[in-house]
Amino acid sequence: MSAVILPHTEGQTAKSLRRLTIAAKALSRPVKFMEVCGTHTMSAFRCGLHSLMPRNVTLLSGPGCPVCVTSQGDIDQLIELAKDRDVTLCTYGDMLRVVGSEGSLEQCRAEGADVRVVYSSLDAVKLAAENPHREVVFAAVGFETTTPASAAAVIEANRLGLENFSILASHKLIIPAMRALLESKDVRVDGFLCPGHVAVIIGAAVFQPIVEKYHSPCVIAGFEGPQIVAALARLTELVVEGRAGLENLYSQAVTEEGNLAAQAIIKEVFTPADWQWRGLGKLKSSGLTLRSAYAKYDARTRFNLGSPTGRENPGCRCGDVITGRATPIDCKLFATACTPVRALGPCMVSSEGTCQAWFKYHHVRTPKKVEAGS
Amino acid sequence: MISANNLANSGITPATGQRISLAHGGGGQLTDDLLASCVLPRLANRALNELLDSALLPGVERLALTIDSYVVQPLKFPGGDIGRLAVCGTVNDLAVCGARPLGIALSLILTEGLERRTLEDILDSIAAAASEANVCIVTGDTKVVGRGQGDGIYITTAGVGAAGPHKLHPDAVRAGDMLIVSGTIADHGMAVMLAREMPQVQSALKSDVAPLNHMIEQLLRQVPGVVFLRDPTRGGLAGVAADLAARTGLHLTLLEENIPVRPETWHAADMLGIDPLDIANEGKIVVVVRPGSVDQALDALCADKHGTDARIIGIFGKQNDGICELRTCMGGSRILQKPYGEQLPRIC
Repeated sequence: MSAVILPHTEGQTAKSLRRLTIAAKALSRPVKFMEVCGTHTMSAFRCGLHSLMPRNVTLLSGPGCPVCVTSQGDIDQLIELAKDRDVTLCTYGDMLRVVGSEGSLEQCRAEGADVRVVYSSLDAVKLAAENPHREVVFAAVGFETTTPASAAAVIEANRLGLENFSILASHKLIIPAMRALLESKDVRVDGFLCPGHVAVIIGAAVFQPIVEKYHSPCVIAGFEGPQIVAALARLTELVVEGRAGLENLYSQAVTEEGNLAAQAIIKEVFTPADWQWRGLGKLKSSGLTLRSAYAKYDARTRFNLGSPTGRENPGCRCGDVITGRATPIDCKLFATACTPVRALGPCMVSSEGTCQAWFKYHHVRTPKKVEAGS
Repeated sequence: MISANNLANSGITPATGQRISLAHGGGGQLTDDLLASCVLPRLANRALNELLDSALLPGVERLALTIDSYVVQPLKFPGGDIGRLAVCGTVNDLAVCGARPLGIALSLILTEGLERRTLEDILDSIAAAASEANVCIVTGDTKVVGRGQGDGIYITTAGVGAAGPHKLHPDAVRAGDMLIVSGTIADHGMAVMLAREMPQVQSALKSDVAPLNHMIEQLLRQVPGVVFLRDPTRGGLAGVAADLAARTGLHLTLLEENIPVRPETWHAADMLGIDPLDIANEGKIVVVVRPGSVDQALDALCADKHGTDARIIGIFGKQNDGICELRTCMGGSRILQKPYGEQLPRIC
């Protein structure tokens, strides 16, 4: 029997770490890179990466966790729908514990709401087909990685002629979020560790304008610890060279143009719309709404939900955490009132959230105090 | 394993909300929380407060008593079924306390409409597992509830055992002691999760559910330096390791590269964004052993068919911080905590 089989060798990790250390020594100032993907957040913490980083290189977690960037208003709408006794609400597991203005889906379920955790959007369509007398709503959350699946669900429901299926869409686009961060005056990011999964769909080329307009180096990477280290080494080297470049270290999965079929299906069903983000506010053309041809699958119109409102917990600094303005330990609630058992903010709820990752995994040595913002 | 006192001081907040949620049954921090805030304040006594796998009862002869309920879905899964699970779980809870199983009481709660054939298959499986463990089902009870009030079949098994001379207790653990796991982790939890949530996925994953009393008996007979045993069921290896660190107050360091995980289990967990360390096992034990007895313990475990992949995975250090630290394959370090509750897959 073999032990954990990881798709890397020890030699590669050591080599990348050495490159990172050498490049870090050549830096004239401390640098901060940002990843914008929950899987990168988790992977980095799980492999203890932060305990291996040179002192002058910091990896921040940006707005990459789909649960964390979902606005309080969107969460409240989900909970409102779940409380409707005619509704079966289907959701990916992570949304279950997110706390809205009043409770979470998990609490609604314990109180009798019909909330189902699904692994695929098509499971929700199947449920709707099997239960014609129930209103089945799918909580369509996530970035470009999960959007094609939501689009496929709508197309399938349409093909089956289902009258009892709809989605509550809060899908978001990653590029507008990266732009917003680079344009904000109080956040300084020296380069992006770009998300491999999203890039598989949208392609490498779409990051080029970020590099050109903002002179911010971008390196696309996979999700294993050694792949992240290799990307950080490359980002540091680019800063040392004073060069803003786009590099694709995940070329086995990411092409220049991306997955055209997935892009086509997204375009068929959704159209960009201005969207409210936690921590970033309302960003132009940053979310996706159903095209008019599929409007009848929009749960917001179907259940007459109106525009989302909702107030964030005033003490909670999730918005600052996901924009790199603060680290979890800067938040007064962190590990005191807010823990994974009783989470107040989405970053503590989600297994991909920065706060939960800090709480759960942070290396044993005293955490390096990270200066937030600039 | 967390004592009532420990929990009161742990800063864990009271159970979320006013209703029981599925997460309260996950064997993680929320389960501890429910026990501490709801059960123990009402039922506390010396034997119960220890929260060991079996209670060691004083008397003419020391007796071990344990009880467990099984509500797994699906009823049959690759590598086992609810019947085998109910017998093995109770046998193992006795065995890890150093007790020899004497008899099992079996309670069946059946749902109206359950197919007789299904019940017979599960009873056959109970008989086979009991025979494997060399223990008898000595008494029982059967109830039937109406359609919609249950989910096929629920089983409760209580086991009584003769406690041996070994004093297996976390208080005996000291710096320098080693941690051994008897084989690959997370096989049961991942096999059941895949069978339940993604029945369409073809996989080689199989539950490890097995009675471990013979292996444990040999281990205790041959190795004098065994200090403590635990079966890492719900809450997984992480739950047991974090508990051990907290309960002993020592620093426990685990080496990730030594922890055996089957590639298929690792990939399934990776796909669902779940940490294999948090996943339940039903045919593995964690052994704390004095450093001088490590080789003997490994030999004893490896000689049994359920322990062939046994490895040393950790060591207790001198620092009195009660933290469990994982040294990762990549050379990094992170804290290992008890999981929260229900294991949920990630979004992206």
